Amino acid sequence: MYNGKEKFIKLIFTVLAFSSLLFLLGIIVVLFKESFPILKNIKIFDFIFGIHWYPTHEPPEYGILPLITASFWVTLGAMIVCIPLGIGSALYINELASPRQKQILKPTIEILAGIPSIVFGFFGMLIVAPFLQNLFNIPTGLCAFTASLVLGIMAIPTVTSLAEDALSFVPKSFKEASYALGANRWQTLVKVIIPASMSGISTSIILGMSRIVGETMTVLMVSGGSAIIPKSIFDPVRPMTSTIAAEMGESAVGSEHYHALFAIGLILFLITLIFNVIAEHISKKHRVKLGLNR
Amino acid sequence: MKQKIYQILGFSIITACVVITLFFLASIIYLITVKGFHSISWEFLTSIPRKSMTEGGVAPAILGTFYLVIGSILIALPLGVACAIYLNEYSPTGYMVNIIRMSINNLAGVPSVVFGLFGLAVFVNLFGFGVSILSGSLTLAMLILPSIISASQEALMAVPYSIREASLALGATHWQTIKKTVLPTAMPGIMTGVILSIGRAAGETAPILFTAATFYRRSYPSSILDETMALPYHIYALMTEGTHPDKQVAIAYGCALILLVLVLLVSAFAIIIRNKYRSGYVH
Repeated sequence: MYNGKEKFIKLIFTVLAFSSLLFLLGIIVVLFKESFPILKNIKIFDFIFGIHWYPTHEPPEYGILPLITASFWVTLGAMIVCIPLGIGSALYINELASPRQKQILKPTIEILAGIPSIVFGFFGMLIVAPFLQNLFNIPTGLCAFTASLVLGIMAIPTVTSLAEDALSFVPKSFKEASYALGANRWQTLVKVIIPASMSGISTSIILGMSRIVGETMTVLMVSGGSAIIPKSIFDPVRPMTSTIAAEMGESAVGSEHYHALFAIGLILFLITLIFNVIAEHISKKHRVKLGLNR
Repeated sequence: MKQKIYQILGFSIITACVVITLFFLASIIYLITVKGFHSISWEFLTSIPRKSMTEGGVAPAILGTFYLVIGSILIALPLGVACAIYLNEYSPTGYMVNIIRMSINNLAGVPSVVFGLFGLAVFVNLFGFGVSILSGSLTLAMLILPSIISASQEALMAVPYSIREASLALGATHWQTIKKTVLPTAMPGIMTGVILSIGRAAGETAPILFTAATFYRRSYPSSILDETMALPYHIYALMTEGTHPDKQVAIAYGCALILLVLVLLVSAFAIIIRNKYRSGYVH
């Protein structure tokens, strides 16, 4: 009797466990299904490389190159902000912070990683944008530069937290061996600890990048929202995520516009999927290299 | 000598990094606290908005966020814990388990707006739940599921094997062992994951944009099929819609402060109990 009950319970858990797989497959299926109809009227080449995004014009034009370009530049700019500050902070926490500082800094950074993106968007819109507008004397503070800056700051805690984890996985013996050979702390950090945790650090950067590309509310509020290919970093832009968020409300269910927005979602999904697969691959190799996976 | 200068220079740079980072993040929290503080009053927290969003309180938005969080936890908690139990207790190796692990990892990286699209296509349109608390909770549940699973798994993994062996040696079955010894031991860790997810679900805006949120309701939602106001969406709407931007900004600051305090307190709570619990274990 117990045997039957045990088997039944195991079956329930098995079924529930597969639901996460089901969700992922569900997302893929829904995105493909809902974005496929857009290809009836528009060639895939024209969709991805078209330079005009006029979904409400007559006839409408659906070229998403301006949106992809915007996402690309905003992400690149944000990475320039968050990689040095994020990794630098991780190095500080790992190497320089006293045990007491570390005890406070590490959880603080983790807590800050939880600040909702809407708060960053709000802050960027009300405080950072007007400040930069005055500082650089530009027509609007809501532009690619501001979006990059705010997104970059937003991603720092994520990158720092993950990079510090990677640094702390480096076995103490590596450090001791380097000191024994007469290297000082900085030499040890740069020539031994960073190379040994390089793959973990790169994973943190890729995951940070994945978070920035997929970030919606912040860019929706501070990037300015005009769907043109930017000529300068101070031009207002409209990245992919904010296009979906801003326009889904006004597009009729099942319309061409609706399907075009799902197609943007699909591209976004595939980009972050690639990032995640790369990150996972690198971190697996990393664990093997340090002998943590045996 | 040269090496020593490099070291001083290098250490100064990384110290500067941490100072700049903390300065940025602290100034965000400081400015929102200072400016939001004026808006907060008992009336602000407990009354409904009046005069097309320029006066009154934000109680429906607070309540809406509360409903969405409770709804998504109720859905994601059993699913997530069950999934973690399966992965950790029933089937530690094997091909299918790797596939499940991979899909959880990838699900964790899906942009939140894509979850919103999925929720719109499936819960709102296909299942016919409409723009409602139910659709929003389901969408948010999918979003927090991966973090609940990994937190639960970590907690289950931290339970020493000797506890399981002791239970099995006393004649308990596999399920009895899980229910009576493993789960209670892992409970603090699981709860940490859940609390962190509460913070995440409360703050996310993009997933509820098309599945649950509305700018203005005259009354509190009366069923799970009603659309609802929610704090993060309310901030966005106050900043982008409406006719009195100057008056709306003050209310938005108030909302941002409530949200920030809520999320920071919740995650601080979770991280503190997690750290306590982690260091208490002997592996």
